[in-house]
Amino acid sequence: MNALRTYVGIDLGSTTTKAIVLDDAGEVIGRGITNSRSNYDVACQVVREEAMVRTRFTLTRQAITGDPALAQVEKAFLSSLQRNFRFRQHLDQLARLREALFRAAGDPRHSAHRRELGTALESIVDGMVERAGLHFSELAVRKSDFFRDLATADYMQLAEQRSDPRGITFDMLCGLFDAAILVVENATTQGSFETQLRGALEPTLASASLAVQEKASRLREVVETTCDAQIVEAGTVGTGYGRQRLPFPKEQIRSEILCHGLGAHAMFPASRTVLDIGGQDTKAIQVDGDGLVVSFQMNDRCAAGCGRYLGYIADEMNLGLHELGPLAQQSTSRVKINSTCTVFAGAELRERLSLGQRREDIVAGLHRAIILRAMSLLARSGGVRDEFTFTGGVARNPAAVDALRQLVQENYGERTLNISADSIYTGALGAALFARRAAQTNA
Amino acid sequence: MTAASPSPRVPAEAGKERSMSLQKQMIAGHYSALSRAPQEGRKVVYTFVPGNLTELLRSFDLLPVLPEINALQSGMRKLSGDYIAEAEKHGHSEDVCTYVKCDIGMLKKGNIGPTGERLPPPDLLLLSYTGCFTFMKWFELLRQEYDCPVAMLHVPYQSEGRILPHHVEYIVQQLRTEVIPKLEAVSGRRYDEDRLREMLRLSAQAEDDLVWVLESAKHVPSPIDAYFGGVYYIGPMFTAFRGTAEGVAYYRVLREEVEARLRAGLGPLTPEGSQGKERYRLVMEGPPNWTSFREFWKMFYDEGAVVVASSYTKVGGLYDGGFRHDPKRPLETLAEYCMGCYTNLGLPTRVALLERYIREYRADGFMINSIKSCNSFSVGQLLMLRQLEQSTGVPGGFIESDLVDPRYFSAANIKNRIESYLQMLEQKRIGVNA
Amino acid sequence: MSPELVSLIQRAQELNDDFELTAVRAWKEAGAGRKAIGHMPIYVPRELIHAAGMLPVGIVGAGERLEIIRGDAYFQSYICHIPRSTIELALSHRLDVLDGMLFPSICDVIRNLSGMWTMLFPDRYVRYVDLPQNFEPATGGVYWRRELETLREDFARLSGRPINDDALRHSIAVYNENRSTICELYRARSRQPWVYPTSEVYVLVRAANVLPPEDHTALLREYLRLAPLETDRRDRDQSRVVLVGTFCEQPPLGLLLTLERAGCWVVDDDLLLGLRWIMGDISCDGDPLQALVEAFLTRSVETAARYLPEGKHGGALVDSVRRNRAEGVIFCAPSFCDPALLEQPMLVAALDREGIPHTQFKYSEDTGQFAVIREQAGTFSDSIRLWSQA
Repeated sequence: MNALRTYVGIDLGSTTTKAIVLDDAGEVIGRGITNSRSNYDVACQVVREEAMVRTRFTLTRQAITGDPALAQVEKAFLSSLQRNFRFRQHLDQLARLREALFRAAGDPRHSAHRRELGTALESIVDGMVERAGLHFSELAVRKSDFFRDLATADYMQLAEQRSDPRGITFDMLCGLFDAAILVVENATTQGSFETQLRGALEPTLASASLAVQEKASRLREVVETTCDAQIVEAGTVGTGYGRQRLPFPKEQIRSEILCHGLGAHAMFPASRTVLDIGGQDTKAIQVDGDGLVVSFQMNDRCAAGCGRYLGYIADEMNLGLHELGPLAQQSTSRVKINSTCTVFAGAELRERLSLGQRREDIVAGLHRAIILRAMSLLARSGGVRDEFTFTGGVARNPAAVDALRQLVQENYGERTLNISADSIYTGALGAALFARRAAQTNA
Repeated sequence: MTAASPSPRVPAEAGKERSMSLQKQMIAGHYSALSRAPQEGRKVVYTFVPGNLTELLRSFDLLPVLPEINALQSGMRKLSGDYIAEAEKHGHSEDVCTYVKCDIGMLKKGNIGPTGERLPPPDLLLLSYTGCFTFMKWFELLRQEYDCPVAMLHVPYQSEGRILPHHVEYIVQQLRTEVIPKLEAVSGRRYDEDRLREMLRLSAQAEDDLVWVLESAKHVPSPIDAYFGGVYYIGPMFTAFRGTAEGVAYYRVLREEVEARLRAGLGPLTPEGSQGKERYRLVMEGPPNWTSFREFWKMFYDEGAVVVASSYTKVGGLYDGGFRHDPKRPLETLAEYCMGCYTNLGLPTRVALLERYIREYRADGFMINSIKSCNSFSVGQLLMLRQLEQSTGVPGGFIESDLVDPRYFSAANIKNRIESYLQMLEQKRIGVNA
Repeated sequence: MSPELVSLIQRAQELNDDFELTAVRAWKEAGAGRKAIGHMPIYVPRELIHAAGMLPVGIVGAGERLEIIRGDAYFQSYICHIPRSTIELALSHRLDVLDGMLFPSICDVIRNLSGMWTMLFPDRYVRYVDLPQNFEPATGGVYWRRELETLREDFARLSGRPINDDALRHSIAVYNENRSTICELYRARSRQPWVYPTSEVYVLVRAANVLPPEDHTALLREYLRLAPLETDRRDRDQSRVVLVGTFCEQPPLGLLLTLERAGCWVVDDDLLLGLRWIMGDISCDGDPLQALVEAFLTRSVETAARYLPEGKHGGALVDSVRRNRAEGVIFCAPSFCDPALLEQPMLVAALDREGIPHTQFKYSEDTGQFAVIREQAGTFSDSIRLWSQA
């Protein structure tokens, strides 16, 4: 088998880091996402490995679909294989977490409680291992794909049950976890793909339907081949807010504005105006017919009106971020909010609630206020042209989308509004496309 | 408003430039004269860069102090943060101009100037009220601190882009009835118009050379950076040395150096030596940030960006528009000089000037550094941006910072924007297939 | 409240709240060829506009109710709010009814706004009115007269009728009466702030922005007649304060109500200061243009936007505190307002020298939240009363 040439784009955002892998034809064959952590190098490495794993799954799928004999079993087999793979990865991480927890517990501070602590940690991690099976069962709906999120939720719940205000306190357990999870996250090797995939293969086959089992030997062959496949990174480009800290040479770093424009163009080739509202900043970008940026504006120094603001509001209301939009959509009489200053968000919210204003009406006003800020940036960058593509975390919020749609219609007329479910990968996609261009031009 | 730093870290190659050491000596000499002024019985006048009347002051043997320069020097020396905090502690709002707060904070902490010598208190505050509302409040505030007279010179704003005869008359009348009598009283000397004429003649001579230097940037590639380097070039002209033989000599030397650079095909001089390949030619609107001046500059020269023309280097006089101090009409020429300073011009005039720069200097782009402290510059810049993009077809960049408030310079943020902007220009140039 | 008083206040309130400037439109439609000239705070010679048969219209932003959709695109976050809402009004065609716009020299924001106006509305009459900062008749006086002559010519051209001296003298008299009525109302409020609460006085005075001066004077006279007839308006134990910093961007009415509810009687203020810029009557004899010049040079109020040639700042404020028997001063400036905020330390120093208590906070015309201000004003009011009893 010839080596597969790939082009990788990595987008180091303030909250999440994303990677996209393209093949020679420019098709997306792998992608990854992880939380950015404090260590950009690690995030970059983790996300790249993740994307490469997905790439190998893509190769596996391609091999299976390419084989007429296997076409029937493709779907069932692949999803089960992936689930088992993730499960094994998760167990690996838990093993590492266990080790890190015990190391942290070895600190002299805890010498008085060493034995009780050991027992408690054992039973908590055992509980986590037990739950792991549930997270990766066929019907499970996981709240997050990040190990940190899953582990934190499980650990905290179990730790609360195990803690004793007079002995091993909850605070003590939390402290240990905070130290240990950092160690796990900052470990760069997540285990070898081959070992894990091979490890996942047998349980998958064992629990599979007869139809699949009949093809077991052929499937083993396919998996072996993909495990051994040679993948070459023919080009890599890094982008995003943290791109300066990527361990890349300068010419492999592109501004997120350019990557975003090109990525949006790849997703929706008729895009002319792109709005991105992320956690830390908002960007309004105008692109030409080739996806090249002709003008852009970013929010000023003040982060008011960015995605983070909605996060504060959600925290203040004790809601999940994803619940805010639907709440706002229930509003019947929107409150006019003039300030989207994050510093005063909490106080303003409390005062309004104390005045008897309804939560949904306030939240609807907040969404409108954020979109008005974005409208100003759009105007500064040259307006809203057709087609109009909306990306970033806030693009997943239905109330924000409603407000945007309405204001664009009122101020610029009819515009096609594009929102991709994968919009979080826009920057990484653009970066990968730049990597591909550069490599193909040089070649 | 200029950056004639008395003791910058002199890089190897820059050390060769005579003009730099010359300027350093001139400025050190000036501050030293200021520190000795009380003992030697010399009188000191505080005034502003835009609309400064240096020749007139010098004709009375008065020594000028420019609080804006002290503030920017404090910014470059990383002292401004403490000074601003001091002023805010005394009740000055966080919302207002940081030059003012830096100056007042410096005063409250003993008025030690940039060279480490104590600045003498003013014998007169010459409020050349030109192009900036804050100037008026600034000297009203200083008047509270020093028990000294103030001479107010109200320079009408040029909203319509042309100097009206009765505006000249108004200023000349103020010079005759308000400014000159107070200068006479403070200095104990009579107004000597012949002396003033002679100084104006020297000014015009130096102005010719300054304009030549600034316009050398029309060459592709440019031998100078007209913004980061430009703030050094305008130093003597905008501060204490107009109308002096030293000023004339400085600009002659500077011109010769730039001529030599041009002949040798050298790029602009930066703190790290001559700038390499010129990749982007930019026009810059707005003052620079002083607290991170070097870092800010580096963001440009590292990318091969050269500023070929800037509006900031016109705040103390718009000489490349043709104006020269005219010894034949001494007071009228001062009036016209004041009215023509950049921040005293209406927005349409400013847009037209930048448009001309973009065309004549063959710029690839223009960038606006929007300064929180300076409403005179900043209000309307977003409209100017749009207007310029439309009329020139050249894309504009927009960044925000402050003069001397270190809290308002976010390096990562600004670098991100500058890079994005330059990469956009690059993409535009090479097109889709690169 | 009597139905008459209710409807009077309501009428004024509606005039203030009407972004569409219906009253101005109606006035223009009532006569052939009528024109209206808008102006920003602070002082413009409204007499000249009036004498040309045109209506001066005061534009002071749009308060907290107008949603800013386009205006923010033009201004960085560190600029005050009034230019945002003013541009919003203009871009949404609500100011199309104005045949011209004057921008007096209050600060660099309004100054540059004049240039923006020129660029955005190239076919409209726009003028930056650079008020003299030299107050000598032979210098600032001569300059100002030339500027006024230009305005006089401009207005004559716009209205299509020359402004003769008699007409100007008449207009001066009309505005003298309007100013003296406002001042009478201010004196009445100072004597009995519970009879003439600031939240009403402000609403009525502000109607001057859109009403012809004759009508506005009549409106105030009616209020002066009706308010004392209210029998349930009684003195409450509240602190008497002077409000400073509100001469340009206006605080929302809710802020003024909050101050009253927090225990403060506002007995003097600089709200809409331009309406009473000239202290006392302007002469109706002799050369009327010269009378305008003389009044500006010698009888302008002391305020942040004007140069104070000599003496210490705050003299006029201390006088006001004494004259109105105020117990304290509330500095209430718009965020990012250069004139008010740069002036404030000087005024504070003057008050401290006299031992006059003061407090300070900032607002924006679209501030919707008053909890902090209520708390602060309430504490201030309590503390100055405790202090005065001690």
